[in-house]
Amino acid sequence: MQGAVKQCITKELMLTLYGDRRAVISANDYPGLTALRDDAIRRFQELGFPTTKLEAWKHTDLKESFAKEYDVVLKADDAVDVQKVFRCNIPHLDTAIMGQLNGEYVSKDVPLMTLGNGIIMGSLAEAMKKYPALIEAHLGKYADSVTDSFTALNTAFSRDGVFIYVPDNVKSPKPVQIINVIHHDENLFLQSRNLIVLGKNSRLSLVHCDDSYNHQPSFSNVVTEIHLGEHAFMDHYKLQNLNNSSTLISSVYFQLEAAAGLESHYISLNGGLLRNNLRLRFNGPHGNANIYGIYLMDRKQHTDNQVFVDHAFPDCTSGELFKGILDEHSSAVFNGHVLVERNAVRTNAYQSNRNILLTETAKINSKPFLEIYNDDVKCSHGSTTGQLDQDAMYYLRQRGIGEESARMLLMYAYADEVIGKIAIDPLRRRVEDMVKKRLQGELQICEACVLHCNTPENPVEFTIDMTKI
Amino acid sequence: MESDPNKIIGEVTQSDYKYGFVTDIETEYAPKGLSEDTVRYISGKKNEPAFMLEYRLKAFRHWLTMKEPKWAHLEIPPIDFQDIFFYAAPKKKKEYESLDQVDPELLATFNKLGISLEEQKKLSGVAVDAVIDSVSVKTTFSDTLSKYGILFCSMSEAVQHHPELVKQYLGSVVPYTDNYYAALNSAVFSDGSFCYIPKGVRCPVELSTYFRINAANTGQFERTLIVADEGAYVSYMEGCTAPQRDENQLHAAVVEIVAMKDASVKYSTVQNWYPGDKNGKGGIYNFVTKRGICKGNNSKISWTQVETGSAVTWKYPSCILLGDNSVGEFYSVAVTNNHQQADTGTKMMHLGKNTKSTIISKGISAGKSNNSYRGLVRISKNATNSRNYSQCDSLLLGSGCGAHTWPYIQVENKSSIVEHEATTSKISEDQLFYCQQRGMNAESAIGLIVNGYAKEVLKQLPMEFAVEAQKLLSISLEGSVG
Repeated sequence: MQGAVKQCITKELMLTLYGDRRAVISANDYPGLTALRDDAIRRFQELGFPTTKLEAWKHTDLKESFAKEYDVVLKADDAVDVQKVFRCNIPHLDTAIMGQLNGEYVSKDVPLMTLGNGIIMGSLAEAMKKYPALIEAHLGKYADSVTDSFTALNTAFSRDGVFIYVPDNVKSPKPVQIINVIHHDENLFLQSRNLIVLGKNSRLSLVHCDDSYNHQPSFSNVVTEIHLGEHAFMDHYKLQNLNNSSTLISSVYFQLEAAAGLESHYISLNGGLLRNNLRLRFNGPHGNANIYGIYLMDRKQHTDNQVFVDHAFPDCTSGELFKGILDEHSSAVFNGHVLVERNAVRTNAYQSNRNILLTETAKINSKPFLEIYNDDVKCSHGSTTGQLDQDAMYYLRQRGIGEESARMLLMYAYADEVIGKIAIDPLRRRVEDMVKKRLQGELQICEACVLHCNTPENPVEFTIDMTKI
Repeated sequence: MESDPNKIIGEVTQSDYKYGFVTDIETEYAPKGLSEDTVRYISGKKNEPAFMLEYRLKAFRHWLTMKEPKWAHLEIPPIDFQDIFFYAAPKKKKEYESLDQVDPELLATFNKLGISLEEQKKLSGVAVDAVIDSVSVKTTFSDTLSKYGILFCSMSEAVQHHPELVKQYLGSVVPYTDNYYAALNSAVFSDGSFCYIPKGVRCPVELSTYFRINAANTGQFERTLIVADEGAYVSYMEGCTAPQRDENQLHAAVVEIVAMKDASVKYSTVQNWYPGDKNGKGGIYNFVTKRGICKGNNSKISWTQVETGSAVTWKYPSCILLGDNSVGEFYSVAVTNNHQQADTGTKMMHLGKNTKSTIISKGISAGKSNNSYRGLVRISKNATNSRNYSQCDSLLLGSGCGAHTWPYIQVENKSSIVEHEATTSKISEDQLFYCQQRGMNAESAIGLIVNGYAKEVLKQLPMEFAVEAQKLLSISLEGSVG
């Protein structure tokens, strides 16, 4: 690993590192980008890493994550055995796979490709060289490097990630899958950046998986910017299944132009500390967005979903549904914020957060927040925390179903409200299966798979044909 | 809809504040500004025992180390604490033996406000403690109450006559370290009401305190302490008004409630401080810390508030549910108009087992105002089988206003159930149409709908207050069509 320095991550370290290695970091930049980095690092210098004293970080303490030592990755190894790393064992899921290992786009032989229908996909670093104008029009335009310190740090340091461009009026025939794997013998501190641009009236299904292979601690700070042109539609899936010593700060910034549509699904099955920042802005009227989330946490896992929806234009509709099941010592945070601006008339916004606590030691902090500056709106939110429905339980028990099975059934039904929204059939079936296993405590991250769901009795191995990439 | 919403909303903003008069009473002031000397002056003026002065000075020194809270969704221009009189009192004789000795101007003031200080008016059935500027002027009904062993007097009297009770409970629910304004209040509070209900006594009348800011450039810092001993019950009401002035005035009160085993306290407020004129000039800054503790098992504290006044409201009446099976309730209607800002809500801290809390909050915003609900429901690890239900709705009248909901929900055990729901919308066109179709004009239709919307809370108010509150609502929102 080049440029790696194993240390505790501090603000000072990051600032020194940026000062010393600026040339390496900005080697591939188009002219405007280096200035963007300089601005971002200045903002980071002012903001520093967040602490629990900040409202947005009150219930997510990074102290433990920062106590570990990491190698700060500035430039990854070139030689990676792609075949060995990327496998997806979802039967019958036909996707175009893009692999990301330790923050860098892999498959160096074809770093960027253009499909017959004009879709460009590949490495962001490569795209910067080849299509600087396209990148410049979008990169850094949606992400908030001003108030969000992790995003600022990412803007300053990130060199690579995934880039997808779908031209106007093109509908991607099959889903694109990004598999982001962290696999290294050292503790890594990673920062990668993804940019996804959908042209007018285009369509894309994107499955974005975050996985880890071994139990090595890691800290990733990933920023993804997604721009949906007018009338574009995106079906977005984020699957997270990381080891218990990992920390993932994932910030996704959506910008929806007029009449664009988004269905986003966050499925968090495992992860030491997961922080999902999702920020969405309606940048034109008649947009429609639905965001679904399910988190199933146990042990000492912590998941934090921060969802911000900015209704800046009239006639937009947004819905949020986040459900969680918290077992053992796990904890979760849901922080939903809907902002309806002054002129955003005829806005419909709905937020819902439901949680089930299974033990006395599990914790939930929920804050569904509405900020409304306009009277012509229909907004509502709800939040419930409790246990499984006793009446339903009684009903099942009465019909001879054992307590354990009845519990499973009810929890599964509870989760199904979110999982049932998955539109890609093989993926939904797979997630259903994973959730069932997860509820039975079987699904753990293990050494040899990406989705970590095959048990020794029932080995489901499915190797992706790498020629597809 | 035929009627032009803007025009009608314009009319709303012109509804007058009818308590805006100033009474010409001779007043004596403490020297302007805040220092240890001010604190000593106030304590000296009240002839307080040493422990009180010590308490005040500790609070003052702590206050100096604190910063004004900035987290609320409020825009508050910086307050110059050296430009305020921290103590103002109507000049008076030592003690009023009977009403005849009370300054007739004062009596007239309270009569004008509709508050009966004359004990003859027994029909009203309310014992009143009237506080003008910094001091309590008159407490009615105290004789009747003393028959039951109920202590109801001004805070200064309590400090003189019942120092042991004051020492035991003052600051036990809201310590001076709690927040910036509580620290300020603890240092300079001038008066307020004190109420103690002995074991097993059900207070036969409603107790009431009426607060009035009269003098210019003064801040009002009153302190209320209510202690309900085992099995006691009391219903307590608080009202407030202030004259119309161009400058902003500060009101930083602290209310503490202690409910012992099986005790029940009901605290109702109709807050009608001067809200400022329609351009947002003047008005009261209302920074109040209200908190009750359900100390014993099976105790209950219920807060009901109707908030229509103040330029800025920063107020979170809260319950600490410490005893097992204790119950906390919060019912609130908050109306903001013109440039008013309100950030109000509650905290329900569930610590005991089987504790229950209910939160019903109804926000109504009009004009260019901002109305926020901010509430915390915290179920701690040991509060097994606890239950909370929260509902906070916001009604928006006019396109210039804002309504915000900030519920914080923290649950740390599996056997509790917490539910929260909130809606934000304007008055339904269907409901308006229905009413108008039946011959009501837009104004009365709105009045009806708003009253219906707030009814869940209004019905919690004691009868005397419910009438006033309903009138207040209709005055504040007269004829507004969304």
